[in-house]
Amino acid sequence: MESHSFQRNYCYNLKKLGLPIEPSILLIRPILRDGQLSATLAASDDVLIHRIAQGDRLAMQVLYGRHHVRVFRFGLRLVRDQQLAEDLISEVFLDVWRQAGKFEGRSAVSTWLLAITRFKALSALRRRRDVELDEEAADAIEDTSDDPEVTVQKKDTSAVLRQCLSKLSAEHREIVDLVYYHEKSVEEVAGIVGIPENTVKTRLFYARKKLADLLTASGIERGWP
Amino acid sequence: MVAGKKMTEQTPEEIELLLPWHAAGTLSARDSRRVDEALACDPELACQYAAIREEYAETIDLNESLGAPSGRALQKLFAAIDAEPARQPKPSLNVATRLGSFFSSLSPRTLAWSASLGALALVLQAGVIAAVLLHGQPASFETASLSDSETITRDIGATPPPRALVRFAPAARISDITALLDKYQASIVDGAKGGMFRLQFAAVSKDEFAKLLSRLQGEKIVSLAAATP
Repeated sequence: MESHSFQRNYCYNLKKLGLPIEPSILLIRPILRDGQLSATLAASDDVLIHRIAQGDRLAMQVLYGRHHVRVFRFGLRLVRDQQLAEDLISEVFLDVWRQAGKFEGRSAVSTWLLAITRFKALSALRRRRDVELDEEAADAIEDTSDDPEVTVQKKDTSAVLRQCLSKLSAEHREIVDLVYYHEKSVEEVAGIVGIPENTVKTRLFYARKKLADLLTASGIERGWP
Repeated sequence: MVAGKKMTEQTPEEIELLLPWHAAGTLSARDSRRVDEALACDPELACQYAAIREEYAETIDLNESLGAPSGRALQKLFAAIDAEPARQPKPSLNVATRLGSFFSSLSPRTLAWSASLGALALVLQAGVIAAVLLHGQPASFETASLSDSETITRDIGATPPPRALVRFAPAARISDITALLDKYQASIVDGAKGGMFRLQFAAVSKDEFAKLLSRLQGEKIVSLAAATP
């Protein structure tokens, strides 16, 4: 029900903006994850940014509709605070409103949004003097779900894996999320995080290695590494 | 869920590092092919890849479980945008865009009238240019130095030196031919096509060349000599 209303509003806004309504939009919800839009829309993101640069509020609303969920989730995984993550979204999109005229289109709009989100999240963490990006910080955060050992007793490997993913350091979490969830290429991750491409590859490798260690500690032996 | 080679202390290999991007489908076609090939012939790598696909699926599930933000964020954003100073649309520097927007702002009727006037102006301009050309141009072509009393001649250079086609006797030796060429001040300008050589002589009059040719014909080592252009 909610998804149908999303499609209706989304198409209505596209129509008002004079943007083409691609047939794939009508299938957005059934075939794609929440907030993820078809690659065919990437080009029209640039059009939206151009219109936002001209002060078009409706274009802003459409862009927000397309990307806010992903921005929120990426921010939430970094700051681990629902309230703060919601504040981040407003700040990120306000930056887009202000800086749209300077967007040169050298990267995808979604990549640009994630880069802003990361910067805002780290700034927010610094402000809260909670900038520790190591495991201690992650461990200090209260986890309301079952302990991994408890969960493994319930024979729920997937749940243990998810919990171990949450236990990764912020540095490792962000790279895992960017590659697996946000589907960013090596080059894009390098651009977002601000590190060389080779470091991106090795960082993900060691994040995976750490994940394997956490799984082993939770009683799940995968044989790698 | 036994996966992959023991790489704890080793430096990971290039292909191994690319596996997560292969699982996410974000590799270039070339890299993707390389990984596919490696997976096909390395069972340990294939096991590791299976583990990566599991991590990939769980990362998506984990992120999806985070839910969505409340409407408060949108309200806050637009409140902030409202508080921003009003923005004047920036004029585009692109001439084509500016022209396009100018013409699109005209009504179809205005556009039709403008096009008609433009076409009329073009026709008038063409007429004026044709009239000016017709009145200003003399009836025939005239050069600055041309005089009616003089004939127009063009020096096309000196008369070409006389040439002859010569066939040497089969018994003729190189030394004989060289001596003959020296004697007649001739040079070979074209190779032996069908046994004939094209010889060029020093510039002489037509009569002198005829005599020279008959002398040449009388030479022992020459079996044929004929004038050629």
